[in-house]
Amino acid sequence: MERLLVVSSSPHIHSPLDTQKVMGWVLAALAPAGLAGVYFFGVRAAAVMAVCVASCVIFEYLWEKCLKKPSTVNDLSAAVTGLLLAYNLPPTIPFWMAVLGSLFAMVVVKHLFGGLGCNIVNPALAARAMMLTSWPVPMTTWTIDGVSGPTPLALIKMGATDQLPPLQDLFIGHVGGCIGETSALALLIGFGILLYKDIIKWHIPVVYVATVAVLSVAFQRPVTPLYEILSGGLLLGAIFMATDYVTTPVTRRGQIIFAVGCGVLATLIRTWGGYPEGVSYSILIMNLVVPLIDRATKPHIFGEVKKHA
Amino acid sequence: MKLPTFWGGIHPPQNKVLTADEKIEQYLPKGELVFPMPQNIGAPCAPVVAKGDRVLVGTRLGNNDAFVSAPILSSVSGTVKDVTLRMTTPGTFENCVVVENDGKYEKAPEWQPLPDYENIDPKEYLKRIRDAGIVGFGGATFPTAVKLSPPPDKKIKWLIVNGVECEPYLNCDNRLMLESPDEVVNGLKLVLRLFPEAQGVIAIENNKPEAVKTMEEAVKRLGASGITVQPLAVKYPQGAEKMLIEALTGQEYVVTALPADVGCIILNVRTTQQIYRAIALGEPAVTRVVTVTGDAVAHPKNISVPLGTSVRELVELCGGFKEQPVKILSGGPMMGVSMRSIDVPVVKGTSGILALTAKSAMLKPITACLHCGKCVEACPMGLVPTVLEPLVAARMYKRFEEEGGMNCIECGSCTYVCPAHRPLTQGCRDGKASVMAMRRKAAAK
Ligand code: SF4
Ligand code: SF4
Repeated sequence: MERLLVVSSSPHIHSPLDTQKVMGWVLAALAPAGLAGVYFFGVRAAAVMAVCVASCVIFEYLWEKCLKKPSTVNDLSAAVTGLLLAYNLPPTIPFWMAVLGSLFAMVVVKHLFGGLGCNIVNPALAARAMMLTSWPVPMTTWTIDGVSGPTPLALIKMGATDQLPPLQDLFIGHVGGCIGETSALALLIGFGILLYKDIIKWHIPVVYVATVAVLSVAFQRPVTPLYEILSGGLLLGAIFMATDYVTTPVTRRGQIIFAVGCGVLATLIRTWGGYPEGVSYSILIMNLVVPLIDRATKPHIFGEVKKHA
Repeated sequence: MKLPTFWGGIHPPQNKVLTADEKIEQYLPKGELVFPMPQNIGAPCAPVVAKGDRVLVGTRLGNNDAFVSAPILSSVSGTVKDVTLRMTTPGTFENCVVVENDGKYEKAPEWQPLPDYENIDPKEYLKRIRDAGIVGFGGATFPTAVKLSPPPDKKIKWLIVNGVECEPYLNCDNRLMLESPDEVVNGLKLVLRLFPEAQGVIAIENNKPEAVKTMEEAVKRLGASGITVQPLAVKYPQGAEKMLIEALTGQEYVVTALPADVGCIILNVRTTQQIYRAIALGEPAVTRVVTVTGDAVAHPKNISVPLGTSVRELVELCGGFKEQPVKILSGGPMMGVSMRSIDVPVVKGTSGILALTAKSAMLKPITACLHCGKCVEACPMGLVPTVLEPLVAARMYKRFEEEGGMNCIECGSCTYVCPAHRPLTQGCRDGKASVMAMRRKAAAK
């Protein structure tokens, strides 16, 4: 009756959550923000998303094919990077720029560092930073309802707080900005999905946003803390990019330090930096110190007393 | 009220329903029984019978006079057929005494209750516990008489009966508490005579509310004043000694220390019951309860079997396999040992036989670590498995030790949660074994 039995060492059962499912749920959680983007910015936004996702997946596929490595496109992480990159671009971005951004994200940031799990910074954010430096004008041209104009954060920077859109527009996403960052409502739904499915814990997003809120008061920013939180890419960054497994600390304490650091840097850049927005740079800079944070926040080993140096 | 528990840990699916309501069934085998000589932690036994000898239930088959050892007794009456190498659970061949069962189950005359056992010097219990072959029946098989003889400078404050049974699928301890609560409580009462200053605690995870209730009633009925029943929040690996002590007393201790160093002694439910039976009823510890279960088994059951019975007979008693098993385990799915064959005998450490189909035992491809931190969150020992595994792969054993790798209790929690299916527990196990081997080599020089 019994044929050859599998012999392996324990444990013998496994949680159903695997990499592909994790990435699948991240995509699902990103979906509401994508729909909001298409709703407010039109089909052009959908086209940008399609271009970014397709090129990220194709570049990863080709790269691994050329290097004769096993293909990892099925783990869906390339699709997640593509979608996140699209969410960080203006809806009017020329397609060829989006393609080059995807190439940079996949090949330079992800695969030259060794592929999934080995990259040091978030590929989508690094690509966005590269694009912002290379093509500053198309990367900061915002249109809403067919007219272009500055984003709320730019208005704050210019001191033109009297022209700011009302808070409820900010909440539902009816303002100029990147494709996936404007609708707080859609992003919060995504946050709910990630929490419910236990893909991420609440610590990083909540601490990050809370730090920004507190500092916006401390730095006497001209808008209320709630307005500060809902403007720009903070929610997108806090929920989806500062929680990227690969580029954030592994311990809970480390994650909290990381989130506080992001909050401080983002507010500093928003207040005193050259750009109106500081979320991407704050996360990129904190990505770089993750190895240090990990080393400094090792968990307490059971039963071990602190050693004297 | 929030129930006590420990830091870290995981919540694997319980799968206990398969056998939770199955009454323990007595099974009396026919034919030959096989008794491997190594059956406990410590010194393995050597055969003390020869081919052709007549043996009775409770006759000593193997013995070792070393302090850390426990004799092996026959579970049936019959004739010694052979003393030879036979395959055992992990797939290795060991020296075994083979007894041809005469089916009479005649008990050796020396097995009588200890006279006036409730009033004699409790030190006499220790000899009986050893002679009865009692070891930790939870699976660790540490000789119980040794455990109950801590160095005199260790003050024992807690005597803990481990009814946690945190491994998924298994129900033998649960059923025992439901069916023989008085014997368990009486066993604990006897042990408490050895440690009059200790408090008795019966620890049970809260997924067994009936067992909690039954034990509470038994404690009340038997007027056991120094004993409490403590329900615990459900979490794996709560049955591990360190985690159980943390949950109950909030104490931690270094990996090289023993529970006695923090004033605790932990006994398995079955072990406690066997102590009572050996002392009060004059019964040697020659049977154990085995949960035979898994989605490949036709009729999963809890069976009381004489040690030495072939695992194949137990599977047949459960109606055989209804589906093709790909993996058969001795013990639970988290820490059990996978078997090459079911033609091996039940030993003192066999807590369950678990036959899994391809669906539930699927081996998944290993992919790159995502740095997600789930393993760190799961590790009850506060280790960082994602760092340890690559260190072992790179043979950096010194760094492995520095990062606390030797603290790993091989509970499997990290591997269970890893979305990349990294062999984290396996890495730590290899790392520990290599470090131990190096230490032995260094000591031999
Ligand atoms: S590292 Fe060891 S102790 Fe920690 S979870 Fe993994 S197996 Fe358990
Ligand atoms: S659980 Fe697995 S993927 Fe996550 S950090 Fe640990 S080893 Fe890496």
